[in-house]
Amino acid sequence: MANKLINQMGLPKSIANVFAARNITTAKEALSLTEFELMEVLDVSMAQVTSAIARISEITCPPYQTVLSLMEQRVQMEHMGGHLSTQLKGLDQALCGGIPFGVLTELVGPAGIGKTQFCLKLALLASLPASCGGLDGRVIYIDVESKFSSTRLIEIGVKSFPEIFHTKGLAQEMAGRILVLRPTSLSEFTESLQQIKISLLQNQVKLLLIDSMAALVSGEHVQGATRQHLLGWHISFIKSLAEFSRIPVVVTNQVRSQSHDEICQYSFQAHSRQKTKEDYKGHDSHLVPALGIHWAHAVTIRLVLDAKSGKRFIKLAKSPVSPPLAFPFNITSSGISLLTDDGIELTGPEINTIHCQGHSDIIHFDGERLQYRAA
Amino acid sequence: MEVGRLPLSASQRGKLISAGYTTLASLSSISPSDLARDLQVPESEAFEMLKVAKLGCGLEQPDKHTAIVNGAQTAWDILNEERLLPRITTSCADLDKILGGGINCKEVTEIGGVPGIGKTQLGIQLAVNVQIPVDCGGLGGKAVYIDTEGSFMVERALQIAEASVVNWSSYSELLRKESQACQVEIQPTDILEKIYYFRICTSTEQIALINYLDQFISEHKDVKIVIIDSVTFHFRQDFEDFALRNRLLGGMALKLMNLGKKYNLAVVIFNQVTTKCTEGSFQLSLALGDSWSHCCTNRVILYWNGDERNAYIDKSPSLRSASASFSVTSGGIRNSASKHKRIRVM
Repeated sequence: MANKLINQMGLPKSIANVFAARNITTAKEALSLTEFELMEVLDVSMAQVTSAIARISEITCPPYQTVLSLMEQRVQMEHMGGHLSTQLKGLDQALCGGIPFGVLTELVGPAGIGKTQFCLKLALLASLPASCGGLDGRVIYIDVESKFSSTRLIEIGVKSFPEIFHTKGLAQEMAGRILVLRPTSLSEFTESLQQIKISLLQNQVKLLLIDSMAALVSGEHVQGATRQHLLGWHISFIKSLAEFSRIPVVVTNQVRSQSHDEICQYSFQAHSRQKTKEDYKGHDSHLVPALGIHWAHAVTIRLVLDAKSGKRFIKLAKSPVSPPLAFPFNITSSGISLLTDDGIELTGPEINTIHCQGHSDIIHFDGERLQYRAA
Repeated sequence: MEVGRLPLSASQRGKLISAGYTTLASLSSISPSDLARDLQVPESEAFEMLKVAKLGCGLEQPDKHTAIVNGAQTAWDILNEERLLPRITTSCADLDKILGGGINCKEVTEIGGVPGIGKTQLGIQLAVNVQIPVDCGGLGGKAVYIDTEGSFMVERALQIAEASVVNWSSYSELLRKESQACQVEIQPTDILEKIYYFRICTSTEQIALINYLDQFISEHKDVKIVIIDSVTFHFRQDFEDFALRNRLLGGMALKLMNLGKKYNLAVVIFNQVTTKCTEGSFQLSLALGDSWSHCCTNRVILYWNGDERNAYIDKSPSLRSASASFSVTSGGIRNSASKHKRIRVM
């Protein structure tokens, strides 16, 4: 709506002509100037500027909905109230039915923990017919790390849905619905995203997977803050893709280790800093998601996959609909499965920390400090 | 005062100055028709110009009959007004306590924090709480929820509304024992119907909506809170020109503040955090930079303190710096369950 033309907004002829003469043709151009700047540029009185701006704003601004109508619309239009079931009962329950449509869901965890396995399973689920709990649509799988394995995909399929994958032809049809893209650079990725936008609606695409987002920038040789800004455009683009085609979007994120002086606090917390440093003694390397805080603001649901005491956990680190739960899981030939459907409720920032098997010797012996509280 | 400072268009100003009218005093005693002849403009235009000039005068020359300074209020009157100001509870008693009873109407409150700390949760909670019926000590108003990030979850709003309805009806039952008059019959869907949801996708739409809000609220007078979640998202990307960004943000904050004053409503703005490098070490601070930090009346930062969620009053003209813990439960924002000393004055 930002690019709406001013001359079609029904402004009085005289003022519309002034806008046109100064080459201000869209709402975006007009609203990027303050009222005084406009008065200077257009050479008209304050009252005229104010009324013109009021009109332009009214037309540009999107209509409202009440939350009730929003809810009714979702319930009517969408299968399962707009969720892709993960077929992991506990996780589905905590997420009100599964991975929600229209928002970004992130999987973050150390290498080899099972992120790609999770993605493969989700890709399968979305392609299945609705009678088996799937979404009966195509899947776009953007495989940045070249980790996609069709052999494994079929194996998961055969083990979890034997009735479908043993039927001749169906296996081919299911696998045929999963489209894999392998961009090698950020610019290629940008290009494919733009293409996807058009084909999403035409081709019944029901799920977008990006494995992984972090690998894209780690190849770009830029450090620190600028690295985040490289993705600024992609973040808002992917979010809007998810929202306007109303499909679930799942992205994975890698981890990196964080050094001591990076422990982030607000300036007013400075006095407690000493204490916190001691807290971290013994954890020589402390893992954090590779894409930082700017990215983290953009995802709606964050699932942390980690390993502790030889056990793997899926943790609901950020979710507006669920308490902070952790589910132990393992990886079998049929993909990811939960060991129990009752999550363990964690307190405090423990939900956000990422443990890794490799470091678990150091960490899991002080497990008492972590103070689990059963849900 | 100079003519150059009047809000006139550039050509009108040029005409005035070239005709020798450089100060307001020179315009004070002239009639519209004389001015029209001097400037060679239609009489109506001259009349408009004089009206603007008179307004400009009014700012400098007090009208002795009504008040000492035009438009001013005495501190005593303001005090009385402030006492009557309604507040919107956060559903967490400790948080209300450090906020002086809740989110203040007529003020702009900025709330920031790391991802997952509960900003959106607090936003939904406030959108529900503004509807607490007058009988139960609330405002009985409606809410405008401006979602720039797409993070609003309908399911979650329903959960919070359901929990609140239970709370309110148990409260009204308490009241009913004392007096038979009070009767509250509210469905969760009624609550959802009173939240006006705007989804904003670009910074231009955001500016347009803030401009349009004035008109929207004059048509929906019972709106008592405007929530923007978050102000940051679109302004953080696709802005090369930081001076322009700051001008636009400043203008937006000013409009929101006026809106709050005019319609007696609360404005709550959510902000993201960023890392800032000061003296060689990284610190967290709210995004959008230093000039933005002047824009809001109150600033509250949500942060993790050990395993507890805490809120800290970072800036406020009337409240002291203090922190309080809160928790996010399935029913919404509540008091923290821990036995720690809950409020700490810094």
